[in-house]
Amino acid sequence: MFKIYSPTAILGYGFPVQSFYNALEIKPDLIAVDAGSTDPGPYYLGKGISFVDRGATKRDLNYLINMVHKLDIPLFIGSAGGCGSESSVNWTFEIVKEILEENNFHMKVAIIYTDISKDKIKESIINGNIKNLDGSSDIGLEDVEGITNIVAQVGIDPFIEGYKKGVNIIICGRSYDPAPFSALPIHYGYSKGLSLHLGKILECGAIAAEPGSGRDGLIGVLFDDHFEVFPLNENRRCTVTSVAAHTLYEKSDPYFLHGPDGVIDLTATTFTQKDEKTVIVKGSRFIEGKEKWLKVEGAKLVGIRGVFIAGIRDPIMISQIDEILEIQRELVRENFRDIKDDYRIYFHIYGKNGVMGEWERYNGLSHELGLVVEVISKDTDITKMILGYIRSTLLHYGYKGRIATAGNLAFPFSPSEVIWGEVFEFKLYHLIKLDDYEFPIKVVEV
Amino acid sequence: MKNMIELAKVIRTKNSGPFILTIDIIFKEKEVYEKLKNMNYFSKKFWADLYGIKESDVISVIYFDPVYAVKANIRRKVPSGSPGDTDVYGAQQHAPLLEVKIDV
Repeated sequence: MFKIYSPTAILGYGFPVQSFYNALEIKPDLIAVDAGSTDPGPYYLGKGISFVDRGATKRDLNYLINMVHKLDIPLFIGSAGGCGSESSVNWTFEIVKEILEENNFHMKVAIIYTDISKDKIKESIINGNIKNLDGSSDIGLEDVEGITNIVAQVGIDPFIEGYKKGVNIIICGRSYDPAPFSALPIHYGYSKGLSLHLGKILECGAIAAEPGSGRDGLIGVLFDDHFEVFPLNENRRCTVTSVAAHTLYEKSDPYFLHGPDGVIDLTATTFTQKDEKTVIVKGSRFIEGKEKWLKVEGAKLVGIRGVFIAGIRDPIMISQIDEILEIQRELVRENFRDIKDDYRIYFHIYGKNGVMGEWERYNGLSHELGLVVEVISKDTDITKMILGYIRSTLLHYGYKGRIATAGNLAFPFSPSEVIWGEVFEFKLYHLIKLDDYEFPIKVVEV
Repeated sequence: MKNMIELAKVIRTKNSGPFILTIDIIFKEKEVYEKLKNMNYFSKKFWADLYGIKESDVISVIYFDPVYAVKANIRRKVPSGSPGDTDVYGAQQHAPLLEVKIDV
């Protein structure tokens, strides 16, 4: 029997203190937590920073490291600092170090870097050892230069290697979400299929419970031929539906889950209700990967974004909104003829199709519109200039049938424009062949 | 005709990576699920019509028996967080499904 404690969906998303104490009672063999995701978009990887606040991350880690100390069990952190780049791994280590020093704990920490050099990517492109993944576009040598941070999503091996060095805590860069949960039981000889499937369920914390929550935890217990999963909060339950449904979550194919180590095959998996809050899972198998192909992620800087937000309540203006906004584009083009290729303008019209854009099938318009005007250019000055020009031009634009001649926009804020900052896009989201590649592991005693 | 919200207990969309939107419907009753699965109600054409996209942008449709669920994967208009995106997590693209009426 091997008990794994998953405290929360993402390190820093928090958990009720009572759930933590319930976990302490259960005496798990491992605390594992996923800290990352590509969900918040390319910016965080582009910048190499966390999308979760430092204070919130420290709050969670403080509890977890106290449990490590009290029960003498390891803590594995996957995708440290969100994007898992060197900078975000170091950021996580600094927090861990601070907590250890404040509590006067002495521990060994393994830090695993999963960054990949641009040269390695170029080499893969030249040798044809690169494949597009899940709808990503082809990448050429010329695309690589503009990418800031590049990380590889590692599987269980670096965690096992790190653990063999006799550490209490592992802080790993970009990791396959189930890896920190499943590496240790697999190392101890538990089924790979069951361990990784359990990891896939645990990595989102109590999202696989009913009611679901991203700020609460689960316990997974591995046995030789099955595993059990249950929540720590007495107000939640794990049900066959909540657990099996989680297998669908954020994945393209619920039967075959691809990862760096191979494929979790769920075609023979069964889900059974054990008691009111516990689900038993059996039959999950593992298909070993023949070659080592790892996912690499990288984001490229595309420009500087500026935004203003304004409300529109005038029904005469609302009825002509598309036409009015289209004219603004022309007015910008006319006013700044010499820079016509250097900026992009997006109108997000909430109350019309702000959420779904061209996919919106509903033709109605709200009685008021929330307009978000976005400008992206290579340069902060151009972004500010175009955005400011649209603001003043649209504010006083004399559309057809206009009666309210004082101004067309209700700005909620002063200043009304803000430079939002750098805009990145995912450029590298590919598989590269990385046979015999060793990710550097640094062991630090604090 | 039954409304989709009467038949399903979960209807949701989410990113599956930055380039794909994955759509899940989990049905309340096995009978309804099986009937719709057997007639392949949720064909690629169904999704293409629902979102006004090309059938070639519907990457796959998968039925998942353990929870009476159907999943569709469609190509995002714009990659998550790239210029022009409207929903970075892809979590609010499900509303057209709530309007669907099915003869079961």
